[in-house]
Amino acid sequence: MLAEDASFTVTHVHPMRTLDGITLPHVLRFLRFVTLPGKKKMAARIHGGAGAGAATALSTFNPKKLVAPSRTNLPAARSSKRCIVAAAGSDASKSLRVGHSQKLIANAAVATKAETSATTGTGHELLLFEALQEGLEEEMDRDPRVCVMGEDVGHYGGSYKVTKGLADKFGDLRVLDTPICENAFTGMGIGAAMTGLRPVIEGMNMGFLLLAFNQISNNCGMLHYTSGGQFTIPVVIRGPGGVGRQLGAEHSQRLESYFQSIPGIQMVACSTPYNAKGLMKAAIRSENPVILFEHVLLYNLKEKIPDEEYICNLEEAEMVRPGEHITILTYSRMRYHVMQAAKTLVNKGYDPEVIDIRSLKPFDLYTIGNSVKKTHRVLIVEECMRTGGIGASLTAAINENFHDYLDAPVMCLSSQDVPTPYAGTLEEWTVVQPAQIVTAVEQLCQ
Amino acid sequence: YLPHWNWNCLTTDSQSEKSAVWIMALSRLSSRSNIISRPLSAAFRRSISTDTTPITIETSLPFTAHLCDPPSRSVESSTQELLSFFRTMALMRRMEIAADSLYKAKLIRGFCHLYDGQEAVAIGMEAAITKKDAIITAYRDHCIFLGRGGSLYEVFAELMGRQDGCSRGKGGSMHFYKKDSSFYGGHGIVGAQVPLGCGIAFAQKYSKEEAVTFAMYGDGAANQGQLFEALNISALWDLPSILVCENNHYGMGTAEWRAAKSPSYYKRGDYVPGLKVDGMDAFAVKQACKFAKEHALKNGPIILEMDTYRYHGHSMSDPGSTYRTRDEISGVRQERDPIERIKKLVLSHDLATEKELKDMEKEIRKEVDDAIAKAKDCPMPEPSELFTNVYVKGFGTESFGADRKEVKAALP
Repeated sequence: MLAEDASFTVTHVHPMRTLDGITLPHVLRFLRFVTLPGKKKMAARIHGGAGAGAATALSTFNPKKLVAPSRTNLPAARSSKRCIVAAAGSDASKSLRVGHSQKLIANAAVATKAETSATTGTGHELLLFEALQEGLEEEMDRDPRVCVMGEDVGHYGGSYKVTKGLADKFGDLRVLDTPICENAFTGMGIGAAMTGLRPVIEGMNMGFLLLAFNQISNNCGMLHYTSGGQFTIPVVIRGPGGVGRQLGAEHSQRLESYFQSIPGIQMVACSTPYNAKGLMKAAIRSENPVILFEHVLLYNLKEKIPDEEYICNLEEAEMVRPGEHITILTYSRMRYHVMQAAKTLVNKGYDPEVIDIRSLKPFDLYTIGNSVKKTHRVLIVEECMRTGGIGASLTAAINENFHDYLDAPVMCLSSQDVPTPYAGTLEEWTVVQPAQIVTAVEQLCQ
Repeated sequence: YLPHWNWNCLTTDSQSEKSAVWIMALSRLSSRSNIISRPLSAAFRRSISTDTTPITIETSLPFTAHLCDPPSRSVESSTQELLSFFRTMALMRRMEIAADSLYKAKLIRGFCHLYDGQEAVAIGMEAAITKKDAIITAYRDHCIFLGRGGSLYEVFAELMGRQDGCSRGKGGSMHFYKKDSSFYGGHGIVGAQVPLGCGIAFAQKYSKEEAVTFAMYGDGAANQGQLFEALNISALWDLPSILVCENNHYGMGTAEWRAAKSPSYYKRGDYVPGLKVDGMDAFAVKQACKFAKEHALKNGPIILEMDTYRYHGHSMSDPGSTYRTRDEISGVRQERDPIERIKKLVLSHDLATEKELKDMEKEIRKEVDDAIAKAKDCPMPEPSELFTNVYVKGFGTESFGADRKEVKAALP
């Protein structure tokens, strides 16, 4: 571990200042004392490592300490005098890959995904947003009650092209361009669903749906219950969320943590073209309100999907990579960071089991439980904030249900509890990077 | 303190309400010969259900219109309708008073918002529409539920949280629904039902049903932004939605002049036509709703403002006298009470005697008491009902616990 080099200890940089005080040149200044080969490689490593280091200094994760990380945030970090960097290992070339490949996560993920593709025989290749469109179009063909409403979904074709071409095919009454009034058009979708229509409501960005929270919570989630079962609300509320490429704080929100307590709704997160199409179709056919979380950065993932019709189960988790040593639970974009880290871990001799939980509410505790019983160690990697995120609930669920099977405390890597900054480097530090995942697995598997 | 609105501003032609009633009564006396046919035998007068002799009734006040031509003040009605108005309104009144006593006896808990004083709106609306037209309202929904065909037993069972209530005891006072009569509730958060109502209107247009939706709200909720959002969409897409503002002049404890810069709720639609109606006159309400339905099916949304009044406070926890005087309440009760108005009409048309009406009221009282007794006997919901109807069972929707059994609420 690089941090063990005494020459590399950055003792007088206060960990709390790392996020606002640290800059790349700031760290690089200390590098002239480092005797490792190749400044250039070192720069790359620091780039990747500084991200890991700054983030880990602020999070409770500190591999130098043998105690289990507490759930409190800064106090644990404050006592750490070391700015831990480059946790990716001593091999410079590998860490180079970690450093540079952060920008290429999507492509690397495509390469990973092709190996574990879920297709059999012939299929057709398409991008994730096209898969969503295909699922939507097939359902609209199948059931005349399905309609789409949202901002710019019609003539414009959708801000992420998910509804492209649908307005021309199905007309203005089935693909509705709404004015900018999330509260009202979400309410209207729910009202229409009470009569039997099946609207697919798009939030142009998930964050905008905060304006419709009242409708989603009180009317969407609760009407089936408060009417004693008279009304069903078969809506699908979908949209892109998550941290993108420097979109700013308000356009980088993760609403799954806010919606998870609402009774009566189901939440799913898609991560590949295969499960995007399958979940979209399943969500439309479901009689319950389903919130489908897409991710802004995953729309251009390419994959071959089957030609024949298929549906994914809404409450099932997906086994991405079976393994023996540790269970890594993740969803959406973090799946690709995890798979990236898995490559590194495999090279180091670990055998992680990666599960894409897909169903955020309710959790598929069956699949998760079987995995925990096998591996006895759990790492949750999510993009939600540490406080009150999906990982927080999942940690509680696993601890409550599978406590006896655990050999180590459940560790949860989440995004920092900060508004997502605009600056690219800062933005990288707010989300979990593969290097941190590798370090966490190493710590858990000690 | 008194709100600065008074009786005069309720009438647009500056007649006081009192004189309007007298003028109407006098005009009835002088134009008895205008009645198309009078019941000939005493037998016809007694029964409600058989006599369909048409009667024309003048509304007490003319309509005030915004961006449309107001309908005429002469309303077509019949003997049968007149008597049934009386009966149903008396039933509604009795039901609400009984709910008051039940609340004080702690059999009804939580929030209980009573509709007495506003019955004319529910009755007049029902008379103008069919069961295919949808109604959605906020939490003051007991009488509208009754008007839509709900039974007294279902009402009281739901209010007392019993399993035979219309929402199986899980909704309560604010969540009455009746799907088969297109009554969509029953909503606790005011204002949120209006976008829902416009969504229902959208679905009616989508399915080409030739029906309309009445989305009701109060003067308090009229200031919610989502109303204007929904109105904008309804006007853009030509939806058959009718927004009905039941203006009882108080949003809980806040008088309308303290909450709204513009008290003309029927004009608030700006580009959407509106009609102001005397909400204490069931026939005016009926005429306005009929007019609105025709308008909405052809031209898109319209706003109706029903000028009405509630005798009780906002809810049972509100005495109703801290923000208005008792004189005001009793004044309205004396001069504008909807049931009294119908009673006078019935008596002046010789459709029944005082004694018969009193007997009818006694019958109603007994009916209500029987329903309450029956509802009191109804058991509470089973504990397993806690978890039913959270999700709909169907396509892949089981919630799994750790061992694949039915999930309990403790597990996420």
